[in-house]
Amino acid sequence: MKCALPNPSTNLLPRKDTDRMAGVSLNPELVAQAMNTTPVTPGDWLVIAPSILTILGGTLCLMARKNTDLQPKIGIGFLGLLVLANAALLARVIDRGVLTMVMGNWLPPFGIAFTVDALGAGLSLVASIVAFCAGLYASVSVDGTGRRYGFYPFLLLMMTGVSGAFLTGDIFNLYVWFEVLLISSYGLLVLGNDRAQLDGTVKYGILNLLGTNLFLVATALLYGVFGTLNMADLSQKIAALSGSETGTLSTIAALYLLAFAMKAAAFPVNFWLPASYHTPNIVVSAVFAGLLTKVGVYALIRVFVLIMPAARADLGDLIALLAIATMITGAMGALSQGEVRRSLGYMIITGIGSMLGGIAVGTTLAISGAIFYAVHSIIVMTALYMAAGIMRLMGGSYRLRELGGLYAASPAFAAVFLILGFAVSGLPPFSGFWPKIMLLDAMLSSGRIWVATALLVSSFLTTIAIGRIWIYSFWRGGPEGIADGTAIALMPSDKALSSPALWLSLGILTALVIFIGLQPEWMLQLVSRGASGVVEPMGYLRSVFGGA
Amino acid sequence: METGLSVLIGLFFAVSVYLMLSRQLVRILLGIAILGNAVNLLIFTSGRLTRAVPPLIPEESYHLLTEAANPLPQALVLTAIVISFSFFAFLLVLAFRAYQELGTDDANEMRVAEPVDEPAPPQGY
Amino acid sequence: MRTIIFRTVAPYLAALMVLFSIFVLLRGHNEPGGGFIGGLIAASALAIYGIACGVAPVRRAIVFHPMSISAFGLFLSALAGLPSLLLHQSYMTSQWVSFPFFDVEVDLSTPMMFDIGVYLVVVGAIASIALALEERESD
Repeated sequence: MKCALPNPSTNLLPRKDTDRMAGVSLNPELVAQAMNTTPVTPGDWLVIAPSILTILGGTLCLMARKNTDLQPKIGIGFLGLLVLANAALLARVIDRGVLTMVMGNWLPPFGIAFTVDALGAGLSLVASIVAFCAGLYASVSVDGTGRRYGFYPFLLLMMTGVSGAFLTGDIFNLYVWFEVLLISSYGLLVLGNDRAQLDGTVKYGILNLLGTNLFLVATALLYGVFGTLNMADLSQKIAALSGSETGTLSTIAALYLLAFAMKAAAFPVNFWLPASYHTPNIVVSAVFAGLLTKVGVYALIRVFVLIMPAARADLGDLIALLAIATMITGAMGALSQGEVRRSLGYMIITGIGSMLGGIAVGTTLAISGAIFYAVHSIIVMTALYMAAGIMRLMGGSYRLRELGGLYAASPAFAAVFLILGFAVSGLPPFSGFWPKIMLLDAMLSSGRIWVATALLVSSFLTTIAIGRIWIYSFWRGGPEGIADGTAIALMPSDKALSSPALWLSLGILTALVIFIGLQPEWMLQLVSRGASGVVEPMGYLRSVFGGA
Repeated sequence: METGLSVLIGLFFAVSVYLMLSRQLVRILLGIAILGNAVNLLIFTSGRLTRAVPPLIPEESYHLLTEAANPLPQALVLTAIVISFSFFAFLLVLAFRAYQELGTDDANEMRVAEPVDEPAPPQGY
Repeated sequence: MRTIIFRTVAPYLAALMVLFSIFVLLRGHNEPGGGFIGGLIAASALAIYGIACGVAPVRRAIVFHPMSISAFGLFLSALAGLPSLLLHQSYMTSQWVSFPFFDVEVDLSTPMMFDIGVYLVVVGAIASIALALEERESD
C-alpha cells in the first residue's frame, strides 16, 4: 500500500488548495471572512491531539490484532501519551483560557470547531487517566482471545469518542463522537460472546441507539430553527431570542433532555444500564461505569447550561424531579442486589441523580458541584469495579452469598475497598464528600429542599449498600454456610493476583480518591473555573469568534 | 412541499414507534431502521427544500453566482446515513447471534443477564 | 446459487467491480463519487465473489484480514490531517503537491489520501460483516 506522497526527487511544488481554484486571484478580505489566516502553532494542536492519538493508537493495535503480546504495549503506550497530551492541554487552557481550533482552517460557524474550556479539558484528563488504568488492568484480566477480538483497539477508539465529545465545539460533531464511542462500546460489551453478554448487548445497543437518534432529531430541529450547529453560535442566537419565540426551543430542549438522560441513565430511561453493565469482562464494566454515563451528563451541562440556559430554567423542576427519582431508585436498586457488580451498577445511577440535581439548580456553585461529582464518580466507580474484579479473583464469585473472608486474605485490599466505599457514599475525608457538600449547599441556598433531602437519603442508603458488600465479602469469616471462626482464610490462588499491573491500576485510582479528598482546593478551583466558563460563556464565545 | 414531507416524517415516526413497541427483536430492528430514515428526512427538511442548483462555484469565479441549494443538510444526512447503516448492520448481526445463542427473539424471554429467579441478597449477618 | 455460469462469471465480475470502484474513488474529488461509494462497490464485489466461490478464496484473495484493512484505512485518514502541522495550519487543512509525470501534471493531495482511507475503511468493515454472514450461512 503506497502513500499518496511523491518521490522527493521529483519537482515538488507545494500549493494551497485556495490558489488552484480559479484563474482569478482570490480576494484576501473574502478569504479572511471564511478561513483562518493566522498561523497555527504546534501548541494549538494539543486541542486535537487526544482524538488523533487514540485513532492512531487504536488502528495500530487493530493492525497488530494477531500479536497479542504487542497489543497491550501499543495500547498502554498510547493511553499514556493520551494522559500526557490531556495534561498539557489542561495546563494550556488554565494558562491561556478557552482554546479553539477550526478543522481545515474554515472559520466558525462554517467549519467544525474544537473548542476546549476547563470543563472539557478537565473531564478529558480524568477520563484518560481512568482509561490508562483500565489498559493496565486489562493487560492482566483480558486474555489472548479477548485481545484478538480487539479489546485494545476498541478501548482506544472509545477514548477517541470520549475525548472528541469532551473537546468538540459543534453539536453535530458531538453526535458523531457519541456514535464513535457507542459503536466501540458495543464491540467491548460483546467481547467474548457469552450468552449473558449477547443478552445485555442487545438491550444496551437498541436503547442507546434510540437515545442517539433522539439526539439527532433534536439537533435537526435546532438546525432548522437557528441554521447553525456551532455551540458558541447557537448560544449567542438563543440568548438573543425574544420571549415569544421560545416555544420551539422548549420542545427541542425536552428532546435533548430525553436523549441525554437516556445516555446518562437517568430515572425513567435507565433500564439498559442494570441490564448490561454486569455482563462483560470486569475491566470493560469498569471503563463503562466511569466514562459512558458521564459523557451524557457532560452533554447535558453543555447543552442546558451553555447553549440554552433559558430552557434549563424552564425545565428545572422536571430535572429536579428526575434527579430525585434517579437518586432514590438507584440507591434502592443497589440495596436490592445480591451481586456486587449489579449493586455497583445501581450506584452509578445514584451518582447520576446527584449530578442531575446540580444541573436542576443551575447556579455556578451547583454546576461546580456537578462537575466535581462527575470527576469523582469517573474515578471511584471505575476503581470499585476493578476492586470487584479482584474480589472475584480472590473469592471466586461476585455473589455476596458466596463471598467472605477476604479481609483475612488481604487486609490492605480490604482497606482499599473500604476507602472506595466511603468515597462512593460521600463520607469524609475522601473524594465523594466535597462535591456532595457543594451540591447540598447549592440546593439549600436555592430552596430545592427535596433534592437535598433525596441526596442525603440516597447517600445514606448507598452507605448501607456498600457497607453490606464490605461486611459480607471482607469482614465475615467465610462464605455462607461456613460457621464463623472455622473458616480458613481464602488464599489468593490465581496467579493474576500477583501481577503488579492489577494493583498499580487500582492503586493509582485509590490514591487519586484519597488525594482529592485531602487536598480539594485545586480541584475546587478547577471545577469552579469549568462551571463559570459555561454559566457565563464570554470566554467561550470570544475564543470561537475572535475579539468580536 | 415541507408540509407534505412533515406528514411523511410523522408517519415514519409513527410506524417506527409502533414497530419498536413490539417484543420481537426483528420488528424492533425494523423500527430502528425506519426511525433512522425518519430522522434523515427530518434533517433534510429542516434544511429547507428549495428548487436550486447544486452549490458549485464555476472555474472563473470565487463565489456562487446564483442562489444554490444548501449543501450542509445533505452532508449531515450522509453522515447520519452512514452511521445508522453501520449500526443497523451491527445490530442485525448481534440479534442473529443472540437468537442463535438464546433461542428466542422475544424481548420478554431474554432474561439471561437478569434471571427471573435471582436470589435476594443475604438478609442477616 | 452456485451455478456454473455464476461461478465462471463471478471472478471477472468482481475484478471489474473493483476496478470500477477505484475509478469512482479517484473521480470523487470533483465529480460524484468518492471513497465511501467506491468502498461499497468494492465490498459488494467481494461479497459476490464470496457467494459464488465461497468465503475462503475471498479471504485468500484480499491477503489481509478485513478488519486490518479497515484499521489501515482509518490510520491513513487520520494521518491525512497531519501534514498541515508542519505548515502552521489547522488539522485537516488540505495540502497539494503536483509534479509532471510523462508530460501529465499529476496532482496529489491530502483529501485524496483521506478518501483512500475512507475507501479502505468501508471495504474492510462491510466485507468483514458480509463475509461473517456468508460463512455462517454455509455452515
